Amino acid sequence: MVDVTKADRLASGQGSAFADTLDRFRRSSEFVIMPILALIVSGVLFSIFLLALGKSPADFFSLVWRGGFGTSFSWQNTLVRASPLIFTALCVAIPARLGLVIIGGEGALVLGGFAAAAIAIPMVPWAPAPLLLPVMALAAIVAGGIWIGFVGALRHYRGVNETIASLLLFYIAVSILNFFVEGALRDPSDPNKPSTMPIGRDNMIGAIPGTDVHWGLVFGIVLCILLYLLMNRTTFGFAARITGGNLRAAQAQGLPVGKLMVISCAIAGACAGLAGFFEVTAIHGKANASLIAGYGFTGILVSFLARHNPLVIVPVAIFLGGIAASGGLVQRRMDLPDATVLVLQGLIFVVLLVSETFYGRLPFFRSKGDL
Amino acid sequence: MSKFELNRRSLLKTSAAGLLGLSAAGLPRMASAAGLTVGIVYVGPRDDFGWNQAHAVAAAALKEVPGVTVVEEENVPETIAVQKSMESMINLDGAELIFATSFGYYKPFVLDLAAKYPDVQFRHAAPLWTDADPKNAGSYFGYLDQAHYIDGVAAGLSTTTNKLGFVAAKPIGTVLRNINSFLLGAKKVNPNATVQVIFTGEWSMPVREAEAANALVDAGCDVLTCHVDGPKVVIETAEARGIKCCGHNASQAPLAPKGFITGAEYKWATIYKMFANDLTEGKTLPNFTGGGFDLDFVQSTPYGAGATEAAIAAADEARVAVKAGKPIFTGPINKQDGTPLLAAGASLDNYDPSLDQTDYLIEGVIGSIT
Amino acid sequence: MFEDSGIATVLMAMFAGAIRVSTPFLFVSLGETLTEKSGRINLGLEGTLVFGAMSGYAISYHTGSPWLGVLVAGLCGSCFGALHGYLCKLPKVNDIAIGIALMLFGTGLAFFFGKAYIQPQAPRLPSISLGSWTDNPSLKQALEINPLFLLGIVLAIVLWWGLKNTRWGLTVRTTGDSAPAALALGINVNQVRLLSTMVGGFFAGVGGSFLSLYYPGSWTEGLSSGQGLMAVALVIFARWNPLYCFLAALLFGAAGALGPALQSIGISRGYHFFNAAPYIMTLLIMIASTSPKRSLKGAPGELSITK
Repeated sequence: MVDVTKADRLASGQGSAFADTLDRFRRSSEFVIMPILALIVSGVLFSIFLLALGKSPADFFSLVWRGGFGTSFSWQNTLVRASPLIFTALCVAIPARLGLVIIGGEGALVLGGFAAAAIAIPMVPWAPAPLLLPVMALAAIVAGGIWIGFVGALRHYRGVNETIASLLLFYIAVSILNFFVEGALRDPSDPNKPSTMPIGRDNMIGAIPGTDVHWGLVFGIVLCILLYLLMNRTTFGFAARITGGNLRAAQAQGLPVGKLMVISCAIAGACAGLAGFFEVTAIHGKANASLIAGYGFTGILVSFLARHNPLVIVPVAIFLGGIAASGGLVQRRMDLPDATVLVLQGLIFVVLLVSETFYGRLPFFRSKGDL
Repeated sequence: MSKFELNRRSLLKTSAAGLLGLSAAGLPRMASAAGLTVGIVYVGPRDDFGWNQAHAVAAAALKEVPGVTVVEEENVPETIAVQKSMESMINLDGAELIFATSFGYYKPFVLDLAAKYPDVQFRHAAPLWTDADPKNAGSYFGYLDQAHYIDGVAAGLSTTTNKLGFVAAKPIGTVLRNINSFLLGAKKVNPNATVQVIFTGEWSMPVREAEAANALVDAGCDVLTCHVDGPKVVIETAEARGIKCCGHNASQAPLAPKGFITGAEYKWATIYKMFANDLTEGKTLPNFTGGGFDLDFVQSTPYGAGATEAAIAAADEARVAVKAGKPIFTGPINKQDGTPLLAAGASLDNYDPSLDQTDYLIEGVIGSIT
Repeated sequence: MFEDSGIATVLMAMFAGAIRVSTPFLFVSLGETLTEKSGRINLGLEGTLVFGAMSGYAISYHTGSPWLGVLVAGLCGSCFGALHGYLCKLPKVNDIAIGIALMLFGTGLAFFFGKAYIQPQAPRLPSISLGSWTDNPSLKQALEINPLFLLGIVLAIVLWWGLKNTRWGLTVRTTGDSAPAALALGINVNQVRLLSTMVGGFFAGVGGSFLSLYYPGSWTEGLSSGQGLMAVALVIFARWNPLYCFLAALLFGAAGALGPALQSIGISRGYHFFNAAPYIMTLLIMIASTSPKRSLKGAPGELSITK
């Protein structure tokens, strides 16, 4: 409808090009201004919460700023925490385009990390890093891809609800990891933290020069751009969006819905698997229960806040990474429990979702032609 | 508010000192405790009635030291998060001494940071530090298996079915060592005793811990103990089922007014108080601090209503012996698969390093590691 | 001989486990059934359950009355339900997403306010001994039954009967099957859904209080381990039938007892998988019992997850 009026106006030659650009800019600014408004509202609500507890909101927000973004150390802290969230958020965002809600990305992360570490065990003695790392990454992609791809297949071919199935598979993935890590693949030299054999310091992925931030962040950003192009500039992405818009219409048009679902879910799982790969190769150097750190679940939040747009995932992940990074400082300085961050995240999540309802309803963002 | 101000002031002071320290690397940084900021990181909630709380309560001793500011962070997972939390304490709070209180923090996180920040001291609560590790890192630990051994002695005289139950979290070295010592204690006074173990697979999963406790009772065990983060549920279940129990980590005596025998407790307070004194005197903390009953690093919970006179007498006697250095691991001991661990007459010192690497259960323990 | 007694031990443990563990699953799945019957899905019940566990324990500790704790847990649950019900009626607001958000929010609030209650001991709910006739100690123990379990059974029957036979039940079902049809009948769709979600939240809160006040009977941050979410899965394989919810909850409880029980008779190799038995079983049942061709019998037509 909007396009029609725009086309009409263009056709009739009304309005200068400048006014038209301004108008278009104002309408698209909705997607930037609305989330910011929602953040402000969450901030106000959270301030009321803090005031009710007798704590100073000003202190709180200045600490969040300082701990998350205020110093160069804080920035690095934030970026390190954002990196896995970018990957796990993609695991939610891609299937969401088809209308699927996947909440078990953590399982694909765990298995991806495990597969990478497991395949490295026989290779470490002879393989150089340039061979080892791609093979590990591939193992992580395949493991994660199969895991969530299976969810997509179940959904299409058996009608099993994907939200529940992915969650169940998370618990199963954890038991697989623990079974091997505490059993057959356990490094006998470290009895106190059951882990696979370390891949060795020389094989680990280092930091971006001049920082503490490992290369996973860069890969994550590149992946976001690639997947944005896939979902918005290719026929695959177009078909996926049609399926997400109306499943029956897509089927009626003869779109290969099943294939789309399985492939999208497999891509999603591969992203989460890569998160596990970077955890193993950049952080831990081995697979162990520390892979189960909740990144997959925070990724759900990131993806929803980014409205499942791969490009928006990057800033949102950095934003939430910053909140997580400052959580410690808030605990230490204000004597607030660690759950404070959870409350704030939950509040932001709720308010942002509710803000959806105002899109297209505030007069400011509507073009004159619509009124 | 005042706390915040204090932190800010000490931050300014220490960041100035930090600049000086960089230019004069190698100078002992802990020459004076004045203005020292200590950071403590916990893996779970500070008031979990278990491992983390035991540390938090004891570490409060550090706050008594004049001039020392303590900053604490709870629920920090064993991921990059802990590295960043410690770094944040160093960079934003000016911490010069860090206590990292969870096993998985050590490798790689504490080691990496110790190398990166040579002027900051790191101490980690597990017997993992070796000479090869950075000199500004270190370990402190209480050997709780000695107290589990005493529990075993008391339990061995309290059972009528000769079956003792052990709810364990994960098959890691310290847990296996505690199980083995518990059995050795029981066998010392009751050669027929066996220990049946159920692994829950998680450090904290209350429903499964309760199920495991019930399953052990159903299998005929009449004394229960455990090694999980929060033993509350296991102890309460044992009491509800009308059997006896031994505690772990902290005193659970009030939870089982009828069946509580005794319990194995860390006494972190001794260690943290020692550290506090060292800081007051301006000394650098030792790289390795470890001990059991001999150094008052572990203790037995005062006996509850479930302890018989015979059990009390035997346990008291055993405790005196262990305190004097009598070895717990005295041959003949076989591993679970029948391979000999110690021949008859041979023994392992209670602080033998090989025991830190325990990756087996001994004969008489029912239940496998994998 | 050993084999026989081993199997008997495991079966006994599963029976006992089913009774011990099933209650929270039962309450949450009954609540979710009602909510879903009205056409909405509330994934936030996990948060509601955790908050119910915390608030019930706190109230029991402060007042000394565990039953008051149960009531308050339920009321807190219905507050979360009301929030969910109210927000979801706004246009373009997705009920699944709001559920996930409320799960995070509820859990966060429960952890935030729950710190002070991890250590204190609160009075717990009493149990009723139904096993006085038997000499078998395990059986006797298994028949120590909590009143909430019995209440849950009654509730399941009432809900089953009520949904089928009362006007109120018809209203809920019509709303869930077709909002336009309900509107045509003059039903206030949003109000019915709001109330159904509130009642569902009440049940979930009560289920949470069972965890903290009876079994395992204390408040800790790791108390739930996903019970609230699993109950949502149970609703699907119980086909939105309250009676089947009861059976599904029992089955889930029994499967949860399998891991420890097998270890107790000496079968411990692969215990990680036995411990995951409830999840594996649920997944297998869902795979076996669903079909892409026809919509599920009993599934409300308006439900987003079955469309």
